[in-house]
Amino acid sequence: MEQAVLLAGRVREGDPRATARLISMVEREDPSRLEALKLLHAWGGRAHIIGITGPPGSGKSTLTDKLVAELRARNRRVAVAAIDPSSPFTGGAILGDRIRMNRHATDEGVFIRSLATRGHLGGLSRACSETVRVLDAAGYDDIIIETVGVGQSEVDVVRLADTVVLVSVPGLGDDIQAIKAGVMEIGDVFCVNKADKDGTERVVREIRAMLETAVMNGASTRFSELFSALSTLSGAAHESAPDEGDEEKAAKEHFQQGAAHHVAKQGRDHGELQLPPVLATIAETGQGIAELVDAIKAHEAGLAATGLLALRRRQNLSWELGKAAADSILSILEGEERRVELDEQAAAVLAKKRDFYEALAIIRASLASRS
Amino acid sequence: MEQKIRVLVAKPGLDGHDRGAKVIARALRDAGMEVIYTGLRQTPEQIVSAAIQEDVDVVAMSILSGAHNHLFPRVMELLKEKGVDDVLVIGGGVIPDEDIAGLKAAGIAEVFTPGTPTTATIEFIKNNLKRKA
Repeated sequence: MEQAVLLAGRVREGDPRATARLISMVEREDPSRLEALKLLHAWGGRAHIIGITGPPGSGKSTLTDKLVAELRARNRRVAVAAIDPSSPFTGGAILGDRIRMNRHATDEGVFIRSLATRGHLGGLSRACSETVRVLDAAGYDDIIIETVGVGQSEVDVVRLADTVVLVSVPGLGDDIQAIKAGVMEIGDVFCVNKADKDGTERVVREIRAMLETAVMNGASTRFSELFSALSTLSGAAHESAPDEGDEEKAAKEHFQQGAAHHVAKQGRDHGELQLPPVLATIAETGQGIAELVDAIKAHEAGLAATGLLALRRRQNLSWELGKAAADSILSILEGEERRVELDEQAAAVLAKKRDFYEALAIIRASLASRS
Repeated sequence: MEQKIRVLVAKPGLDGHDRGAKVIARALRDAGMEVIYTGLRQTPEQIVSAAIQEDVDVVAMSILSGAHNHLFPRVMELLKEKGVDDVLVIGGGVIPDEDIAGLKAAGIAEVFTPGTPTTATIEFIKNNLKRKA
């Protein structure tokens, strides 16, 4: 207990060793971490959480390195959680994202942590959300989550990040790739990296076409929700004058509304439709990085101005609570006692004493009586 | 609680050959460890800072340039300065026998020279962790 107080205090002061220690406790699910997390709870919720996702080799790490540099130039303290896969066979992992970023290692305003998935699917590690909470409480302004190289359905990052940057590269496939469901739907900002390669314009065009079609079909997407909230807001903007005497708040609102207009304008620039930004970058040389950071920050400002930031965080937390509840029920089911019960019911189903759903009802009733 | 051995594999100094470091990294991975590889040409400051942020149990450094007598002790010094005393530090590479005693005196727990089977390194790590894994 005393130790937890001490540790939490040091994390709050931004001590990298304490922060790293607590993340390790989170990773190994050490029960004594809970006390420290509880103490840190009040300090969370301030950071802008940015997800960087995309296929393997699309340049996520290099892009993250450049984003860190740009955000540092804007006086932000930045933390990175970089995720790489664990071997499903040995449990080992090579975490190589740091190779591209280690020049920031000695910058006290930067904290980089590599996380192995440890069997977790979905593009993040099991410990990722708690790790983000630790980094948030440690006072980092921006937290970048770099997912594993994703395929088509690893979309967990939307449950954690305020702003998701979807990284593509030229040469991955034809235009059908852009209209498939899944990962292409989760971007708030789209980035076509390695834009010095042939085919960049085509990929940019295909992504825009995909987004336009989504708008025309009236698909409910993350960005359509944002744009409709923004247009409501800009209608109401002139009616409400901010409180005098609270200059900081007024300045913040002014900034947010400015950014909101910027987002709306970006959308309108592509025909009459409002689309999220699709940017071409060359992470290797830094080309397009400042614009990418502008787009990421404009997105955050739009979310904040419309109240969507709070709404999404609530939805995400509610999803996470549900999942944690399901996991805890699962762990009850995996206990020895339940195994026997499940096995008995399986035997009963096979013996035609009852059908599958009757057996299920019995198990559910027994679980309910337990809790 | 799942306990994983985390190892930072680092190449301090200016030589650009990381074949050996990658072989070790791969062997440790296959032994079930989590290996953070930082890439080439790292300064002792970068290595120590990465070791702290990654909260590793082991720092494994490889040098082929001949600068081991300067760089290895420098890493030990910086770790000490930062109050890190529970990390196992090992070295490898082209290191003359007569230098090994000095490096050990500086706090490098073991030095693995060319020809050491990777299994020996793995065993050494498992048996000499400074923290309870």
